[in-house]
Amino acid sequence: MTWTSDELMTVNAARALAGARTCFVGIGLPSAAANLARRTIEPRLVLIYESGTLGSKPSRLPLSIGDGELADTADAVVSVPEIFNYWLQAGRIDVGFLGAAQVDRFANVNTTVIDRGPGRPEGRLPGAGGAPEIAASCGKVLLVLRHSTRNLVGKLDFVTTVGHGDGPGSRARLGLPGAGPVAVITDLGILRPDPETAELTLTDVHPGTTPDQAVAATGWPLAVAADLRVTEPPTEAELTALRRLAQGAPDA
Amino acid sequence: MAEIRSLRDAVAGLVHSGDTVAMEGFTHLIPFAAAHEMIRQRVTDLTLVRMTPDVIYDQLIGMGAARKLVFSWGGNPGVGSLHRFRDAVENGWPRPLELDEHSHAGMANRYVAGASRLPFAVLRGYRGSDLPSRSETISTVVCPFTGEELAAVAAINPDVTVIHAQRADRDGNVQLWGLVGVQKEAALAASRVLVTVEEIVDDLTPAPGAVVLPSWTVDAVAVAPNGAHPSYAAGYTVRDNGFYQSWDAVSRDRDTFLRWMDEHVLEEAR
Repeated sequence: MTWTSDELMTVNAARALAGARTCFVGIGLPSAAANLARRTIEPRLVLIYESGTLGSKPSRLPLSIGDGELADTADAVVSVPEIFNYWLQAGRIDVGFLGAAQVDRFANVNTTVIDRGPGRPEGRLPGAGGAPEIAASCGKVLLVLRHSTRNLVGKLDFVTTVGHGDGPGSRARLGLPGAGPVAVITDLGILRPDPETAELTLTDVHPGTTPDQAVAATGWPLAVAADLRVTEPPTEAELTALRRLAQGAPDA
Repeated sequence: MAEIRSLRDAVAGLVHSGDTVAMEGFTHLIPFAAAHEMIRQRVTDLTLVRMTPDVIYDQLIGMGAARKLVFSWGGNPGVGSLHRFRDAVENGWPRPLELDEHSHAGMANRYVAGASRLPFAVLRGYRGSDLPSRSETISTVVCPFTGEELAAVAAINPDVTVIHAQRADRDGNVQLWGLVGVQKEAALAASRVLVTVEEIVDDLTPAPGAVVLPSWTVDAVAVAPNGAHPSYAAGYTVRDNGFYQSWDAVSRDRDTFLRWMDEHVLEEAR
């Protein structure tokens, strides 16, 4: 089978959920990946959406976090204050899965405004949503976004959500309980924070991608891990499940 | 006690120009019919409060009804940008829009404080974020028991909260279920409460997970069947995802947007 770069990204994002019990799911790319994980590598994964659903089992990919099916198939539906206070803030959720507009070398995220240069108004993005507290309180965080110098930038125009702040020790100083971002999955490969410097480093490339391509598509001098790996090609089962999801087809 | 009124009378009686208005419904039960009636009645200079502005506030903002927006996520869910919201913020069209911007956790807790009639709420939030630098309603407080520094967010107490629910009884007791969002908190935080419903029934039979707002917490109930469209009312209607997708093209261009509003919202009054 052949595949697209977006499929490589989503398949690898789903694989990153192996071993997770509970996942707070952002809409868009994270939702596609989390639903794919539930159909492939982690069938018992509990999907939690900020609209207040615990344990959603949608048969097709929801367009929004409010699609009725998320509530209809959930183990429990709670109010929005409850989902953020009792479930997220209380540290009950293993993995936070987020998309982003801009990410910097310490995996901090901007989803608020883009600086378009002198004399031009700031470009408006949707804003924070649940991200600042999801990234603070989940056990760990996964980010998924397309790889480009526009998205992976040297300096954020605005810090909406803290990843590793300004480097090692930053999260502890800020009092952020979770471990923060452990992987950024893109359509070219996977970036992980270096254990010493907390700086995002290219640890994996997808089949058919060179490390130079990833470096060229990154807005800071991207370090490449000495033991750079190549991700396993998508399996037929993964691609079939993903395409069924993307087409809005019900569960096989 | 809630009065059962026509939507036109209820909006005229409860929603005034210059008010702070919260219209809640977290992706479900969004009170579109009430917003359209507000647009027809030319209510203006509003401070609009809502966690997820959605297409409903894109329409109010694009029609010039708002001077300020208090929110936490302003996109078209699963589709992309809210173009009227962006045009107002970036270019001041049709008028400048002041922002007070939060995270979802912050907004939810602001409503909780408002409903509790407390001046503020505490949460572990905003740590390291630039958001507090742009908001007057985010600060910090030190826990008197542990010494931990926590985020403090100012209570929201709207002049009026508007929500849509599945049904009410003839006494004006209101029942809603499914994704119940933050509507209970938004209603109990407000000075006045307007609820549109799919139908009025003789008896409110219990529904799993339902929220009931007793009649004495509500000022007016108005029947507005399909009043959440293109959002939905669980058990009555389904979300019109096609509408949300088509709104992208309608709202991208100022004239196309104005023509659409004229044809689909304003014309009903003529």
